[in-house]
Amino acid sequence: MKFAVIQFPGSNCDRDMYYAAQNALGEEAELVWYEGSNLEGYDAILLPGGFSYGDYLRSGAIASTTDIVTQLKDQADKGVPILGVCNGFQVLLESGLLPGAMLTNRDLKFMCHFEQLVVQNHQTLFTSEYEQNEVISVPIAHQEGNYFCDQSTLTRLRENNQIVFTYQNNPNGSIGDIAGIINERGNVLGMMPHPERAVESRLGSDDGLKLFQSILVNWREHYVAGA
Amino acid sequence: MLQAPEMTPEKVETDKIYQEMGLTDQEYDMIKEIMGRRPNFTEIGIFSVMWSEHCSYKTSKPLLKKFPSDGEQVVQGPGEGAGVVDIGDGQGVVFKVESHNHPSAVEPYQGAATGVGGIIRDVFSMGARPIASLNSLRFGNLNNNRVKYLFDEVVHGIAGYGNCVGVPTVGGEVQFDDSYQGNPLVNAMCVGLIDTKDLQKGIASGKGNTIMYVGSKTGRDGIHGATFASEDLSEDSESKRSNVQVGDPFMEKLLIEACLEVIQSDALVGIQDMGAAGLTSSASEMASKAGMGMEMNLDDIPQREDHMTAYEMMLSESQERMLLCVKQGEEQEIVDIFKKYGLEAVAVGQVTDDKQFRLLHKGEVVADIPVDNLAEDAPIFYKEAKVPDFYQENQSMSAYKPEIADHADVLRQLLQQPTIASKEYVYDQYDFMVQANTVFSPGSSAAVTRVRGYDKAIAMTTDCNSRYIYLDPETGGKIAVAEAARNLVASGAKPLALTDGLNFGNPDKPENYWMMEKSVEGMSAASTKLNTPVISGNVSLYNESNDQAIFPTPVVGMVGMQESLAHITPSHFQQEGDWIYVIGETKPEFGGSELQNLLEGRYFGQAPGIDLDTEEQRQTQLLQAIRDGLVASAQDVAEGGLAVALAECLFNDKELGADVSLQGDVTTALFSETQSRFLVSVPNEKREAFEKEVADAKPIGTVTKNGQLTVNHEDHLIVNEQVEELQQLWKGAIPCLLKSKD
Repeated sequence: MKFAVIQFPGSNCDRDMYYAAQNALGEEAELVWYEGSNLEGYDAILLPGGFSYGDYLRSGAIASTTDIVTQLKDQADKGVPILGVCNGFQVLLESGLLPGAMLTNRDLKFMCHFEQLVVQNHQTLFTSEYEQNEVISVPIAHQEGNYFCDQSTLTRLRENNQIVFTYQNNPNGSIGDIAGIINERGNVLGMMPHPERAVESRLGSDDGLKLFQSILVNWREHYVAGA
Repeated sequence: MLQAPEMTPEKVETDKIYQEMGLTDQEYDMIKEIMGRRPNFTEIGIFSVMWSEHCSYKTSKPLLKKFPSDGEQVVQGPGEGAGVVDIGDGQGVVFKVESHNHPSAVEPYQGAATGVGGIIRDVFSMGARPIASLNSLRFGNLNNNRVKYLFDEVVHGIAGYGNCVGVPTVGGEVQFDDSYQGNPLVNAMCVGLIDTKDLQKGIASGKGNTIMYVGSKTGRDGIHGATFASEDLSEDSESKRSNVQVGDPFMEKLLIEACLEVIQSDALVGIQDMGAAGLTSSASEMASKAGMGMEMNLDDIPQREDHMTAYEMMLSESQERMLLCVKQGEEQEIVDIFKKYGLEAVAVGQVTDDKQFRLLHKGEVVADIPVDNLAEDAPIFYKEAKVPDFYQENQSMSAYKPEIADHADVLRQLLQQPTIASKEYVYDQYDFMVQANTVFSPGSSAAVTRVRGYDKAIAMTTDCNSRYIYLDPETGGKIAVAEAARNLVASGAKPLALTDGLNFGNPDKPENYWMMEKSVEGMSAASTKLNTPVISGNVSLYNESNDQAIFPTPVVGMVGMQESLAHITPSHFQQEGDWIYVIGETKPEFGGSELQNLLEGRYFGQAPGIDLDTEEQRQTQLLQAIRDGLVASAQDVAEGGLAVALAECLFNDKELGADVSLQGDVTTALFSETQSRFLVSVPNEKREAFEKEVADAKPIGTVTKNGQLTVNHEDHLIVNEQVEELQQLWKGAIPCLLKSKD
């Protein structure tokens, strides 16, 4: 399986994401520079965390206007699995691939620590290796991770089972304790916590590994079924 | 600010304009002699920053020479952007600490942020990828609203910059004392990893080679920053806010990635960041180190503002700028690499062989100075040293003996002292995990980062107990180095080398100079004994406000290595039934202790003693025991003594407890700050082997499962506290102080 890890100017979790796919999962991964690259031919696309363009405007806002994100939308339409983490999630929101927006954390501070997440929907291609309602330990590291959407969007997210992860102890004020959501089609996941930082128990947790394994398992099934 | 570009050389002399730039009459005369004529306004400005303490170490050089800087592990000692030690496999660790005290006192957010940015540039300009940041912070009393503001904004600035550039802030220390009320200390350390074959130097060699400028444009910010850093803070300092630079971490992130790509290019000859004294210091140092000269055309310098003068450009400390020396004719290769990152590399000059530093602006030569005189031949001043009266008084006092009625209550109070209390409020704001290598998060006695792809890890710490140094600088200097090494050894690492961040008051006062001298001597003795040479560092003098000097604070940033990941040892107790040992006997030593501060509100008497032979022996034995797999956890015994260390070993949410019995004077046993001690836990089946290896280890009790800290003394129950309750006090102290009103 071949992963693309998109690098924007200011991405800083790009290599962590690369290592999670390449080393921890053991599949092929490529760093893909935002300019002059082609997103065709990848089996899954990963948008890493960081501060694209310094996030001097709204987080992810400038990155969402780049050509690579136009390509990303085409790949999303084709059903390619796309995972956006932290700044990657913010880019997905800004580009309209996922609904809602980010506010500054409730305490107005950057925060970095492990959080307990609840797997609210384990029937996605990103979470099938988890149990329903499994509690997992995954770190957060953000200042603008306070997810917000209007009431009708929230209702729709709930009705469609699009809320994939929630916080057990909401750290940032996110509406509905939301930590991660998926699009209606089920191939675009955005989340603020960093699964790529939770793939080795030596570094505090390997609970994020199952997320990458889920992508792989579902790709194999799809690939085998399609072959 | 000085803005008189049209000022004639005669007027500079007759009106003694150079004095406003921080130069003395004597220095002006030296400059005049070097030049063989009166220096013009631009030239005298260039001299003033290069001969400032910040750039020339003109006061501290005689002391810095005392530091040992050699060792078989040393790849690069003092003199380059940062020092380098060998860690095997063709790899090196690059590190340095730097202060940003004065800027942080007047503009805490930007002061701290640009401090982080500057030290990161020092590391990647050596060709290393920055893998970790640490810091060492000192503030006044947190009850004060101004101090709260400084504290919050400094932390915010470190977070704002460090988080964005993607270098994890893995550790550090924060201490509070009244002496820092008007003059906080902000020392930032950066650690980088390099394949030693990629090591770069800041040199401009090869006649005709091209000097290229890359990064942010030059603006009027930070003009005379280095001079500002070399004088006392005063009421007037607020007006120097415009001397403080503004940081752009996004630009820094682009520079890191681009420069790490550029160092792989054969076209590159040398690279250096523009730190203190900006373009002036980077350009003149690069030429001087190569034994060459340099000519720059200032019309080509990318400028942020209109009508900048030569003086302003040369003295600007705008951030995120690099200077490169590139082989003639191969400039395009460099231009193309930077272009990928949206950065423009611009040719601004060339290397000459006449050893002159020549600047052209609008068709005229605006400066023409012998380059070695600028960079290397700054004057050296031997200051007068005098033993302070308070030192004599303290030494002649009889030993301080605290009286305590309720030891458990004192423990609770000590855990809430800001210096001891949890710094979670601080490090929760730092991204300490980015790069996904952080094994031990901040809050551990040493930060540990594994080296990806290898069976080894880097351990790092910053340390300095300035109370001991205030009471007895030589002993305190030894302790600062020994304690840093203790932290690393406890984590399973062999200490390799250190970087020193010397923060002192005005050296023109003989008492201050004496304290500098003695603490450097103490640090040197310990560095030699523990084989941790001083490979880089920074000097920050004139840390005074309203004529009151800070406690002498020579921060030690030390780096070590776990030779296998299996050696990495936590500081917290791990398992019920493990035996708890104290290594080293305890003496009644309370001078400069947290207990003394708590009970008396000041520090007096004698600092704890230290015997370096004993220190070295215990560190060697403990490290061997850890390598032999005999130790479950290890921590050094520091501020607040054994009682605080015991409590801290239980603050890991494992719901463990400890049941210990102590002998001798109970106040001493619990709260003395006797040096060279460790608190260690050992699995039951390994006790015998452990005791055989570590001569001075005495069992004091066991780890329990009841979540209770129990201390018995000669059949009396002295402490019986719920760990969770103690942890809440310890964790809540700083947030609670910040919320309280004046």
